[in-house]
Amino acid sequence: MKAGARAGAPTHTQENRPQAAAARPLLARRTLLAGGLAAGTGLVIGFQVSFPARVLAQAAKAGVLAPNQWLRVDRDGIVTIVNSVPEMGQGSLTTMPMIVADELDADWDRVRVEQAPADPSRYANPITGSQSYGGSRGVRDHLAAWRKAGAAAREMLREAAAQEWRVPVTEVDTEPGVAVHKPSGRKLPYGQLVDRAAQLPVPQNPTLKTPDRFRYIGKRVPRRDTADKVSGRGVYGIDVKVPGMLIASVERCPVFGGKVQSVDASAAERVPGVKRVVQVTNGVAVVADSFPAALAGRSALKVTWNEGPVSQVSTPQISRDYAAAATQPGQVARNDGDATAALGAGGRVIEAAYEVPFLEHACMEPMNCTAKVTADACEIWAPTQSPGGTQAAAARITGLPAAQVTVHTTLLGGGFGRRGEIDFVTDAVETAKAVGAPVKVIWTRTDDLQHSFYRPATYNVFRAAVDAQGKPTAWWNRIVGGGILAQRGRAPASQPDPTAMAGARDMPYDIGSVRVEWVNKDFGIPLGFWRSVGSSQNIFIVESFIDELAHAAKADPYEYRRALLGKSPRHKAVLELAATKAGWGSALPAGRARGIAVGFSYASYAAHVAEVSITPEGQPKVHRFVCAIDCGIAVNPDQVKAQMEGGAIYGLTGALHGLISIDRGRVTQTNFHDYPMLRIADAPVTDVHILDSGEAPGGLGEPGVPTVAPAVTNALYVLTGKRIRSLPIRPEDLKKA
Amino acid sequence: MIAITVNGTRQQVDVAPDTPLLWVVRERLGLTGTKYGCGMALCGACTVHLDGQPVRSCITPVSAVGTRRVTTIEGLSAKVDHPVQRAWIELDVPQCGYCQSGQLMSAAALLARNASPSDADIDDAMAGNICRCGTYQRIRAAIHRAAALAKGGSR
Repeated sequence: MKAGARAGAPTHTQENRPQAAAARPLLARRTLLAGGLAAGTGLVIGFQVSFPARVLAQAAKAGVLAPNQWLRVDRDGIVTIVNSVPEMGQGSLTTMPMIVADELDADWDRVRVEQAPADPSRYANPITGSQSYGGSRGVRDHLAAWRKAGAAAREMLREAAAQEWRVPVTEVDTEPGVAVHKPSGRKLPYGQLVDRAAQLPVPQNPTLKTPDRFRYIGKRVPRRDTADKVSGRGVYGIDVKVPGMLIASVERCPVFGGKVQSVDASAAERVPGVKRVVQVTNGVAVVADSFPAALAGRSALKVTWNEGPVSQVSTPQISRDYAAAATQPGQVARNDGDATAALGAGGRVIEAAYEVPFLEHACMEPMNCTAKVTADACEIWAPTQSPGGTQAAAARITGLPAAQVTVHTTLLGGGFGRRGEIDFVTDAVETAKAVGAPVKVIWTRTDDLQHSFYRPATYNVFRAAVDAQGKPTAWWNRIVGGGILAQRGRAPASQPDPTAMAGARDMPYDIGSVRVEWVNKDFGIPLGFWRSVGSSQNIFIVESFIDELAHAAKADPYEYRRALLGKSPRHKAVLELAATKAGWGSALPAGRARGIAVGFSYASYAAHVAEVSITPEGQPKVHRFVCAIDCGIAVNPDQVKAQMEGGAIYGLTGALHGLISIDRGRVTQTNFHDYPMLRIADAPVTDVHILDSGEAPGGLGEPGVPTVAPAVTNALYVLTGKRIRSLPIRPEDLKKA
Repeated sequence: MIAITVNGTRQQVDVAPDTPLLWVVRERLGLTGTKYGCGMALCGACTVHLDGQPVRSCITPVSAVGTRRVTTIEGLSAKVDHPVQRAWIELDVPQCGYCQSGQLMSAAALLARNASPSDADIDDAMAGNICRCGTYQRIRAAIHRAAALAKGGSR
């Protein structure tokens, strides 16, 4: 069922409209797949009713083959595939259906895609058990289930055709959208087989295709959402329209953890367009008939805050406390051999300390959510990475059973980990409940930057013992910082928070003694999952320090790493591919240098080579990245490249500009002038090379980020002799002493 | 009441004169393709054309529009076939897509005044548009491609 057909449904269903049809010839002119794949039919962002009973009733309907929650085939041969992974730019609206359609042998032109409702019993990630998406878990956690879902339907359709023709099923093959009797060449479209197929048992272990039979997987398939994203038709959360909807903006305590002490809303309530002022968990919501009126009302509010203890916290003091804490023993994350003894054995020891700041995600679409709360139902439209978490939060606030909370996942204007949180959802549900009308809460850019969940700032000490040839015999690394899971009470206090250790505990170099420790220092600054999480800082520090060891040994940084990667063949393979494609060792124009880095995150292996120079103004300039990525299987290679291209810009933005600073418990930065983003003039091209390892699928949203910053700073060291040990890179740190 | 012409249609809107054009087109006229990103003309997501010139609608008071014709992404072409749209589709430029309306409006304005932009021209014209997904290399390629398409280049 498509929401557009439903009375009172908001006007944001994206079906085949005349405009979309008009765009299709353009799509059809594109480079198409060898298999004859034509452009996709229009995107259907399904705002499907999420009550399981109704879905099941529909599934049992005559004339529809619906063997599982992932797909339906109707008598017209239309295949509707239900995508559970929110579309945040990574291409899930294309990649997910490609996988199901391939095993089903569906005709891509007759595939529609719906976004799954919040219903963890059917759409939870099978690995995490939660209907929440982060950690680059789309393809890698679902590939097997989605393939099986499509293959089961294909087997049922083959069996139905065999019965129809009274032939052995082994004589029945498929082509896109049709069953084929191989000996006679007879064909039956899937649509004519659904009634019979729907009566058959669903095979529990259907035979999967061998990769040589893939029609879509591994080929470039154009994104299904592009036409909607270049026409303005795509519906993001901020675009949702619900009849009778009001707009709200929430004033929050500038200090983290602060609470409302008192509110004088009298002036705000007199602002034209302002309807109500209500207190919510996160602050004071001004509800109005337009966003400008809500903002005007907000600026007329007089709120007295109880700022709480975080008002004592500022960045310089955090840095000092981190450095002091680094002298204290930490929790041991890894302890191979005896690093302490090796370091004390009297040989050469190399030591360095690195510091990285808090970072904010800066999704282009500010946080927002729309909610409608009635006595027996709650309906939510949210650009969320966590439909399950959204549903659970709304159920808690409204007191309704989860089954009575419908969540429509819209397009996301960026996710990057920020949209796995539910603070913007609770704003909307609480406000809508209080005012008794549908409410859309919209955050300002300043709200986004100042009230987020930040990539933890950390302080990191390394010591390495090296032998006479400069080869490391011991590696000792102590990391000081907060833990995202630890702060939320979601990690056992007796062990290091795994999010803080990723990329450091599993550093790949073959060194006899390795000790990695973590000291938990939490200052009450909310911590969150920032694209590539712990790997974003830990691969920076590891790949910087190994580079220091290489230069101390007067060795080539690439060869030095390579020699230490004997036990990590997939690291070694991407490192070699990146170096080869970059022409490592070949001459560069004067004033340019290369840096290299390799890392593992989210089950994928990536390496970057950066070509860097320094502008006359003293600013680092990246001319080109060469990236090698091993994600096991590249389902849609062009989108693998797109994720690496984007990851490089995300990582480079962090390296050059990323800094959230805290002053008396408040975030200093307010908008893009003081939290700058990389712009097109400074954006290098990333030349992406996919290493087809044939291994299990790895993630892609995040693995393109961590090795970017160290590749750049390692090149800067070659250029300047200055080792960047604190991010972001400051031009003054590159000047000759 | 304030009268403005948006995508060729004369509209009367009952809003305060200082209301940003962005919120007039989004909330009053229902044209949500133009996006809010920063409210300070720093990101370009809200870019529209006034008589063909790119402006940031988030800081443009509706009263300042006057008789100039407003074009939003919805009015860039009737059939999603402006050369920049065709090129964007061909190269699969968007990821999350949120900034792309603004990118397209800036790119279309560039091509209208410069049929063969150089990389430096592109850097200048697109400097005000942030893409957080980092699609810049495809944006650059797509602008060059759109320039070729606009000249009747191969399809």
